[in-house]
Amino acid sequence: MNANLRTATVALCFLLPNFAGFLVFTLGPVLFSLGASFTNWNLMRTVPFHVVGLENYFALVQDPQFWLYFVNTIYFMIGIPVSIAGSLFLAVLLSQKLRGMTIYRTLFYLPSFTAGVALFILWKQLYNPEFGPINTALRHVFDVFGAPGVELPKWLLSTENLLGLAPERVHISARDFGVGAREAIIIMGIWIAIGGSNMLLYLAGISNIPPELYEAADIDGANAWRKFWNVTWPQLAPTTFFIVIMSFIGGLQGGFEQARVMTNGGPGGTTTTLAFYIYNKAFVEFQIGYASAIAWVLFAFIFAITLVNWRFGSRYVNY
Amino acid sequence: MSTTNRGRGAQGWWFRRGRFGAAHVLLVLMAATTLLPFVWMVVAGSKPLSESERVNPFPQPQTVDAHLRQSQAAEFSLWEYYAANTRANYDSVWNSTDISFKKYYFNSLFVAGWVTLLTCTTSAMAAYAFARLAWPGRDHVFKLYLATMMIPGVVTMIPNYTLIVQLHMLDTYQALIIPAAFSAFGTFLMRQFMLGIPPSLDEAAVIDGASHWRLFWDIILPLSRPGIITLALLTFLGNYGSFFWPLVSIKSEHLRTLPVGMLYFDTLYVRQTNLIMAATVLNIIPLIVVFVILQKQLVRGIQLGAVKG
Repeated sequence: MNANLRTATVALCFLLPNFAGFLVFTLGPVLFSLGASFTNWNLMRTVPFHVVGLENYFALVQDPQFWLYFVNTIYFMIGIPVSIAGSLFLAVLLSQKLRGMTIYRTLFYLPSFTAGVALFILWKQLYNPEFGPINTALRHVFDVFGAPGVELPKWLLSTENLLGLAPERVHISARDFGVGAREAIIIMGIWIAIGGSNMLLYLAGISNIPPELYEAADIDGANAWRKFWNVTWPQLAPTTFFIVIMSFIGGLQGGFEQARVMTNGGPGGTTTTLAFYIYNKAFVEFQIGYASAIAWVLFAFIFAITLVNWRFGSRYVNY
Repeated sequence: MSTTNRGRGAQGWWFRRGRFGAAHVLLVLMAATTLLPFVWMVVAGSKPLSESERVNPFPQPQTVDAHLRQSQAAEFSLWEYYAANTRANYDSVWNSTDISFKKYYFNSLFVAGWVTLLTCTTSAMAAYAFARLAWPGRDHVFKLYLATMMIPGVVTMIPNYTLIVQLHMLDTYQALIIPAAFSAFGTFLMRQFMLGIPPSLDEAAVIDGASHWRLFWDIILPLSRPGIITLALLTFLGNYGSFFWPLVSIKSEHLRTLPVGMLYFDTLYVRQTNLIMAATVLNIIPLIVVFVILQKQLVRGIQLGAVKG
């Protein structure tokens, strides 16, 4: 009994520095922001402080901007399945024990390793509609294939998108169909993520598959395609499951840096995600109460999506 | 992967050679797509302003004339031309009077260094309590840690900002360092490492009468060194690139970190693509150096962090 108490005291000493920080900067703030979401707290003190109950949440449901940015956030996640499939494809290629495999791995990993403000600024230049290298290359391609003067995408300056979503409100029209700022950011996101940690996780997953399974498949006369679908893919299910969950969590709270650096949320709010909206409400307009309410709705949504993923995903992990 | 040795002739050749050849072609294509933006960045950062809006790396005749006049050389050399412009661009970025990149470098390295040191210390200590000591409620507290890893950064960012304001720490180094010094992920990662150390080691040490602090410092910590290196690397990189928090918690120019400084540089030098690209190269160089040296540890760390995630 005495020994137990002593161990507990020792544990407390070891835990204390971390736990104190955890309470002050993580757990405390989470509860605090839940409380703040029930008030009209404004750092500019334009209105007297009040507890307003659920008013922020009611306002949010009727806030057309919130829904627009919610749709944006979901739209940006179109890139996730593409980049996951790409990561898997690269990992399968790299696991062929080819010469120079580590060099390829290093190269593919470079974008996600250097991702950040500097890379976003680089891509802003790449997407320049007049003299950026992307449109210059496209112009050459169209010239060669006999279609000179085709109107090229305006990338970050355009509100057009592949679903024809109108800017500034949730509405679909043919006029807004095309390739614009949203696609630009999605393509960049795929370029960054494809050789990143997902590829490394898949590589680790592939190297953990017992070679007997492939030998058995060889004896059965399976071709490469069948080996992939019947051995590699099911064996990688836990890895895929983990990657999908992490990508959803990251995707739903993402988009802030790109929006702040590349477009400031524009044009016409098309690249504003919920994270960037929260930033604007809290740190530009100083509406702490309202911003906290949005943050909590986002949190709840992430939580719900993760639970759903868990429910349905674990069904496909068969062993 | 096992080798197949069935089939002869064309099919056999395909299995031995063609498949690998096709894989190589695909890999080269993908590598080119990955590298081209970086190549363009480096080249654009070494051009004069008049050329920076062109993709073609070979200068226009009037640029050649201007370069010859300036350098007073008889013959044009592409190498000379790029060397001169590289020197000029990086000099004007590095010694810019509006944006002091030297200071931002120092701030970024200083802050990331402190955050790394503190995070590794607090995480390793907490991990010791979670992995090597038995105490009531341990698993519940650990689950609480794990659960908070799912909370979006924006939820805690707002209260942390108001807290920093209340503590009069807004616009100081402390604001950048202290909130970042505690990591649930770090605790989780270190715990994973420490769980892998055989328990017989501490039992032996306890019988020898070693205190827990000695045990932690002399046995567990040295044995979990790969874990600490990985965590240090991930923390350093994460902090070096962090943008949201420094953006809101720092107002003074002289306290800005590199990502925030880079943002202001971009807005200040809007059309000077050559200088902006030179600045992005300067931003990325430390990362590439770290990457080349510590690649192996990093890859292992990422693969390990996901185990039992």
